[in-house]
Amino acid sequence: MSTTDPILSVRRLTVGFRTDLGAVTAVDDVSFDLAPGRTLAIVGESGCGKTVTSKAIMRLLPERTARIAPASEIILRDPELGPIDLAKASDSQMRDIRGSRIAMIFQEPMTSLNPVFRVGWQIEEALKYHTDLDARRRRERAIEMLRIVEIPSPEKRIDDYPHQMSGGMRQRVMIAIALCCEPAVLIADEPTTALDVTIQAQILELMAGLKQKLGTAIILITHNLGVVAQFCDEVMVMYAGRAIESAPIRDLFHHPRHPYTRALLDSIPKAGGRQHAKLPTIEGIVPSLYDLPKGCRFADRCAHRQDRCVAQEPTLDADASGRRVRCHFPLAQPRVAPSASARGGAA
Amino acid sequence: MTAVDSAAAKATAASAEPLLRVEGLVKHFPVRGGVLNAVRGHVHAVNGVSLAVYRGEVVGVVGESGCGKSTLGKLVIRLIEPTRGTITYAGQEITGLGHADLMPFRRKMQIIFQDPFSSLNPRLTVAGLLKEAVRFHRVVPPGEVDAYVSGLIAKVGLRTEARGKFPHEFSGGQRQRIGIARALATNPEFIVADEPVSALDVSIQAQVLNLMTDLKTDLGLTILFISHDLKVVEHFCDRVLVMYLGFVVEELPCARLHERAMHPYTRALLGANPIDDPDDRRPLTILKGDVPSPLTPPKGCPFAGRCPQVIDRCRSEMPPLENKSDGQRVACWAV
Repeated sequence: MSTTDPILSVRRLTVGFRTDLGAVTAVDDVSFDLAPGRTLAIVGESGCGKTVTSKAIMRLLPERTARIAPASEIILRDPELGPIDLAKASDSQMRDIRGSRIAMIFQEPMTSLNPVFRVGWQIEEALKYHTDLDARRRRERAIEMLRIVEIPSPEKRIDDYPHQMSGGMRQRVMIAIALCCEPAVLIADEPTTALDVTIQAQILELMAGLKQKLGTAIILITHNLGVVAQFCDEVMVMYAGRAIESAPIRDLFHHPRHPYTRALLDSIPKAGGRQHAKLPTIEGIVPSLYDLPKGCRFADRCAHRQDRCVAQEPTLDADASGRRVRCHFPLAQPRVAPSASARGGAA
Repeated sequence: MTAVDSAAAKATAASAEPLLRVEGLVKHFPVRGGVLNAVRGHVHAVNGVSLAVYRGEVVGVVGESGCGKSTLGKLVIRLIEPTRGTITYAGQEITGLGHADLMPFRRKMQIIFQDPFSSLNPRLTVAGLLKEAVRFHRVVPPGEVDAYVSGLIAKVGLRTEARGKFPHEFSGGQRQRIGIARALATNPEFIVADEPVSALDVSIQAQVLNLMTDLKTDLGLTILFISHDLKVVEHFCDRVLVMYLGFVVEELPCARLHERAMHPYTRALLGANPIDDPDDRRPLTILKGDVPSPLTPPKGCPFAGRCPQVIDRCRSEMPPLENKSDGQRVACWAV
């Protein structure tokens, strides 16, 4: 296997839910690759399918109501296990992989830690299932992990219960649990959204440092475009269950090709921007997944809408440079590539 | 930028009477527990805050969770009672006023909450909950209530059909519009907006901020805007107060905020925010440690334990909020 092979390849991922109001497709035909050691951001607004995508990869969707379509493939190319299609893996295979080869951290560290067990026990639990370490070594490893995530006096804090820790420390414990088996892929679903900005900065820097040290590939799900700009290599933008654009980070920020991406970037207040100026907005709201339009899902909010957009949904097409955009009339790219995007690969 | 300049001029003109003046406001919440539910201590939520808000101004209050910003917002419109301190509205002290005397002020001072879903009565239709406020405060004669409510609904950019719907039938952004309409129902002069856009997606956040900008200009509102997001505050406000553990540590105009910020905490807040430009990658400002407990606030500066510029004096003595140039006030021994 060459080093440029993606560690994770998702193809045609489609996830449907049965609900009281009928069937919905929350994630519709999503494909992407994640290279080793890289960070892919999945961005989009509430209900766009970003969390369902990550839970589908972890196979953590509720079995009774959710269904991954048979054509979906989630290929994990783990150096130790070889390629496995997680979409079709058995429950026992998934138990071996989850927490060991692919780990996940969630938005709310209080609800994802068990309140009745000490944090050390919760780190050791993962080691107990996935390694042959004996009890003494497991405890040593747990203390080491707490040290790695920069929790002060880890020998003492290892016997704390989650409620004795602050929100930032709890998220550090979550990261320690996620990384204790050195997974190849880490999925971070809004890991800093519930945290204050100074604590968010601590966690982001910690994750960036660990990524460098351990070479973990990361899928970072977020709606904070500042976090994307500072910490990610590639971006996939989702809208109403569809991937609508994916591109390297600089290309996306400098030359978004989908009108939604452009509008999303424009609608954030800029530091040092003109005060009290009107922000560019996207009129209207995201369409209901129960009642999706026939054409482009963004059409009724799009400033560049034409008749064809309403009549027919565009496909996700790659342009000459390999960027993918789902739009009949994508925004033009500059004819001369600016130096910024030429430097893209070096980052 | 004329609006900013005039607001700054107003702020610096000592002769102008502020619409809202707060002096030495303190709020301690008792913590109970143990045998006979005895008081075991106090949460020092707001520790001697003074501020002035001038007519037509938008003043931001920023800080992290637990810094007392929401408590301050509720105190100034007397939704909760202060432990100490005075609140003066349009020249009249309202701190000691009883229920009946407070009524005219309640009508003039309204609040918008972060989560309109939990602040709107789920059993009332939009028209119903707006009418309730209009009738209670006798904002218009009974015969005109219907037309007035329709006007409110149009003013916040909702369709007429919204009248007969219930809050749960709306999306987050639309619900916040209802929350704003509810606040405007009494035709107020002063509004406390407590994190009004924090729960909204970015594209919706921009819609609601634009609506608030329009309403502020059209209705001449004065706003106390509470937020944890400095980018939003910088965009929307004229001046900002930065709070830490119940203290105001810095007050400064929002124009050129990044150049002017002096307090190490304000600088850290600015530096901790990731910039949305992939070409400008820089390490985030990292503060060590966590906010101290408001149950036992430290003796000196509350920020001393995390401050990169800490000196000995910071640990023993709380620095006063001193006037610098241009309406800027800073509480720090090191600057």
